[in-house]
Amino acid sequence: MAHDAAADAALSPLQQVAGDFSADKNAFSVPWGKAMMWIFLLSDTFIFTCFLTSYMNVRMSTTTPWPFPSEVFALHMFGQDIPLILIAIMTFVLITSSGTMAMAVNYGYRRHKRNTVLLMVATAALGATFVSMQAFEWTKLIMEGARPWENPWGAPQFGSAFFMITGFHGLHVSAGVIYLLVVANRVRKGFYDKRGSYEMVEIAGLYWHFVDLVWVFIFAFFYLW
Amino acid sequence: MSQAEGQQHPIKIYLWIWLLLFVLSTFSYLVDFYHLQGYLRWSLIIIFMLLKAGFIVAIFMHMAWERLALKFAILIPPLCLLILIGFMAVEGDYTFFTRGAAFLH
Repeated sequence: MAHDAAADAALSPLQQVAGDFSADKNAFSVPWGKAMMWIFLLSDTFIFTCFLTSYMNVRMSTTTPWPFPSEVFALHMFGQDIPLILIAIMTFVLITSSGTMAMAVNYGYRRHKRNTVLLMVATAALGATFVSMQAFEWTKLIMEGARPWENPWGAPQFGSAFFMITGFHGLHVSAGVIYLLVVANRVRKGFYDKRGSYEMVEIAGLYWHFVDLVWVFIFAFFYLW
Repeated sequence: MSQAEGQQHPIKIYLWIWLLLFVLSTFSYLVDFYHLQGYLRWSLIIIFMLLKAGFIVAIFMHMAWERLALKFAILIPPLCLLILIGFMAVEGDYTFFTRGAAFLH
């Protein structure tokens, strides 16, 4: 874990990589839980990319016009149809939850328990808000006749891509809300004080930021494209 | 280095990134709102998307402060996905043209 700072600084970054991988020690100078979370997120990146790539593939190959997301996801508010407004609000909610999570990690490392718990609960609440809005969106689309095999607006593949991609992402958010509440409760009870490390808060934060990261790609490729 | 006690940075930097992500999201929403079309639309969407993704990974997930070994291990493997994306784009194009040809005759 500890690097001889002076000797290390004398090496070029690539020599540091060679040293980290070849020396008889830990390759990654981070807690093992953090390295494992990163590797899990890497595998999740592959899963979501497969979803988005297969969605793009069916969208390119269909001869029926693709439904226009801007209109499908419009909401009737203030006497007019506002395009994508719910999706935009969901995006801002998720970004805000990422901001509160980043600050929770920071307060955790400063051993400021009260702020850490409050910010994590706020993050979980914003996540739950996001999932509720997604449930509203699903309900609205299903009422309008969207199914995994057909829909009233165009190419039938739209439904299967929509339900699979947003469903899998929503599942990640829901799992994240539970995960955050469990970790927040442990912070509250002083579990990490006894252990002497708040790295678990940062690891939970990595998962949460990843959920936000995936949404950035879904927002761009599914809703805006 | 503060590696052993974890990542500690001023709160201010998170608030700035938060604001920046808000602005970038607003920009990508405006791309749709003003009905920009074609390559202008697609390139703006991808630019805003990559900027947002980059700031989340670099600052919120602290990748900017990690050692190069971890950066390489996590950021290089996803590049393989570019090959999948390229193959599937070619495949989708081909399927579209064969469908077109089959439905016409």
